[in-house]
Amino acid sequence: MGLRSSLGCARDAWSTHLATVRAAGSVDDRTWEDLTDALLLADIGVSTTEALIAGLRHRVGMDGVDEIEGVLGLLKEEILGRLGGADRSLAVGGSPSVWLFVGVNGVGKTTTIGKLGCREVAAGRSVVFAAGDTFRAAAADQLAVWADRAGSSLVRGAEGADPGSVVFDAVEHAAARGADLVLADTAGRVHTRGNLMDELTKVRRVADKGAGTVTETLLVVDATTGQNGLVQARQFAAAADVTGIVLTKLDGSARGGIVVAVQDDLGIPVKLVGVGEGLDDLVSFDPRDFVDALFAVDAVA
Amino acid sequence: MFEGLSSRFGLILRKVRGRGRLGPEDVEEFLGEIRVALLEADVHLGVVRTLLDRIGERAVGSELGGALNPGRMVVKIVLEELTEVLGGETFRPAYAPKPPTVVLLAGLQGSGKTTAAAKLARWYKGQGRNPMLIGADLLRPAAVEQLRTLGGRINVPVFSEATDPVSVARAGLAEAVGLGRDVVICDTAGRLAIDEDLMAEVAEISGALQPHHTFLVIDAMTGQDAVTTAEAFHARLGLDALIITKLDGDARGGAALSVKEVVGRPIAFASSGETLEDFEPFHPDRLAGRILGMGDVETLIEKAEETFAEEQAEAAAARMLEGTFTLDDFLEQVRALRKMGSVSSIMGMVPGMARQVRDLDAEVDERRIDRIEGIINSMTPAERVDPDVIDGSRRARIAAGSGTQVGEINQLVKQFREMRRIMKQMGATGPGRKKAGRGKKKGRGGRTTARGSAPIDGKVGGKKGLSLPGLDDLPASQGPSSSGLDLLGSWPLD
Repeated sequence: MGLRSSLGCARDAWSTHLATVRAAGSVDDRTWEDLTDALLLADIGVSTTEALIAGLRHRVGMDGVDEIEGVLGLLKEEILGRLGGADRSLAVGGSPSVWLFVGVNGVGKTTTIGKLGCREVAAGRSVVFAAGDTFRAAAADQLAVWADRAGSSLVRGAEGADPGSVVFDAVEHAAARGADLVLADTAGRVHTRGNLMDELTKVRRVADKGAGTVTETLLVVDATTGQNGLVQARQFAAAADVTGIVLTKLDGSARGGIVVAVQDDLGIPVKLVGVGEGLDDLVSFDPRDFVDALFAVDAVA
Repeated sequence: MFEGLSSRFGLILRKVRGRGRLGPEDVEEFLGEIRVALLEADVHLGVVRTLLDRIGERAVGSELGGALNPGRMVVKIVLEELTEVLGGETFRPAYAPKPPTVVLLAGLQGSGKTTAAAKLARWYKGQGRNPMLIGADLLRPAAVEQLRTLGGRINVPVFSEATDPVSVARAGLAEAVGLGRDVVICDTAGRLAIDEDLMAEVAEISGALQPHHTFLVIDAMTGQDAVTTAEAFHARLGLDALIITKLDGDARGGAALSVKEVVGRPIAFASSGETLEDFEPFHPDRLAGRILGMGDVETLIEKAEETFAEEQAEAAAARMLEGTFTLDDFLEQVRALRKMGSVSSIMGMVPGMARQVRDLDAEVDERRIDRIEGIINSMTPAERVDPDVIDGSRRARIAAGSGTQVGEINQLVKQFREMRRIMKQMGATGPGRKKAGRGKKKGRGGRTTARGSAPIDGKVGGKKGLSLPGLDDLPASQGPSSSGLDLLGSWPLD
């Protein structure tokens, strides 16, 4: 009972945490506890959180900071330090370039491809969509709607067709037409299924085989993902050479803190974030915006 | 599933189990480790705190003072408190006195609502009902086509039209009444809990349907936000229960535990795989057992029953547990299990197998079963009964015969041997039976174990659902009889 009322809404819990921290004025043990809680509630994870707080305490001691806003500023710097320095551009350079999208079920791969396709077309590139998700019912139909919106062509196979051959055909199709970019969808898969991960390795290899070059393999991660995100990233990186993360659904109440741990641990940077349903709501990742949002009280009210 | 949490607890518990003396600093350290384990399992921070408070209070309180074995007492406290949080009654779907029974599904984008809708329809069909699906997700492109395809696969009609979600729901319900369907399941678009317009819309759908059950579909991989989401949907729709999806991964599912504790609504169904069969009622008491590494014999039996005739199920489970099978049986089992669902999801239900599943998964992978079959087919009958006779020259012959490598044969034989050993051990010490060597009673196999005996259910009919098998009623010289506990070592024994 006590728990239920004390929790309230986690958004409130978050705000409360930061509000408490801010209201305290002076820095004491309670500050570190509250900041730790705040980071944990953002799904940053225990080990990264503890490392961040340890680093922060050290710096606060060194710099002799004794007011809260200064401490919060330093914490943001700590996180930025871990996120900083990465190349977040999406690489091109093949003829065509292939961007492959991978991830567990339901994270938003198909939608991301749809939005990104529209964006790239608007930027003047010619794009071919590859409906490599031949498993989920109607996944190709979903991508077809997006291809239509973007005014691009779609290469698809029958349901249950070999995803590698669909992607290969799409690359050949794009090469024949001199298209710049192939956006290749894959079926969502849980990273513990060895056979499906092997399949992904094969799709990645086949996509590179013909005229095209895979210049990006993007792991799509849902912002609500908890600590399992780290394992996901590790497994997908091992199977398909992941070059970047797309963090989706960041417009909800989840803060997506797991990506801090992912970049910290695996060195895989976030390249794109999804912040809404609209076509323009897939944007380049800006670490500073992300950290500010992480600490925004009531960012979503 | 939940394997990470189980093994982590196994380690922590093993550390303290034999301690004769626990000082306050020991308890502190122990609690710290429990905290990390729970947080890494995505248990909500608030729930973690509640659990630690309860455990800490009891651990430093009077309970430890008089205990002969404080280490064991701490373990007992942890398990009891975990059970308290996880426990509760299994959700029982009710049917409307005047059909159709209406079920509304809601949740975030990508939580798996459409797949869950079809899986749920299939489940109702299995219960002898005539379900109908309504596709009210008009937002995601091709969501209705997806539902139609899945409906076609399980032979369940799907209603939808290109109007608006509320009208679709209303018309779908009328259609179901007209067709005389007795269960109606309505799929809705994914929405964020903070999207005011869409939340109002789903509330309106709910108003039009007056559902008998409203289920929130939630992804097992969700982190701290799960509680926020569940609270928001609950406030708007009045949830009855949850459907937890994607349990076939290694997500620890702490979010699920937290929702139960915070929102007070149980998980009704668990969805755990790629095929429409990988869906089953969720038993919180069994989950507690699974988290503690006890496996889920009961679910395994139920699943087997669904596929086989009943006596076949008994025999199959009994043989698995007795560990008397040969490589021929092994092959047969694997093929039969494949019919029930994915191999790894079945394996996860066998007590103590959770840890082995990941290793086995590589070998008993759907795709590799053909290779295993090839190898076994290239063996003589004698070799299949007793793989120990396979020496170097036999290995070379089998490899040549099956077109595989000698190493693969070694690996198969080794894993088979290991599996047989584990199962035999479970058969001997399975739930509800005494430890081997101490009045070993040969049960009637898994079925007896699952249905007839108390320990896996704890105090039968009791509110807790799961108790510490044996700990309460056995004198210190006797251990509990659960196999899972044996796999943790023999911690309650001294």
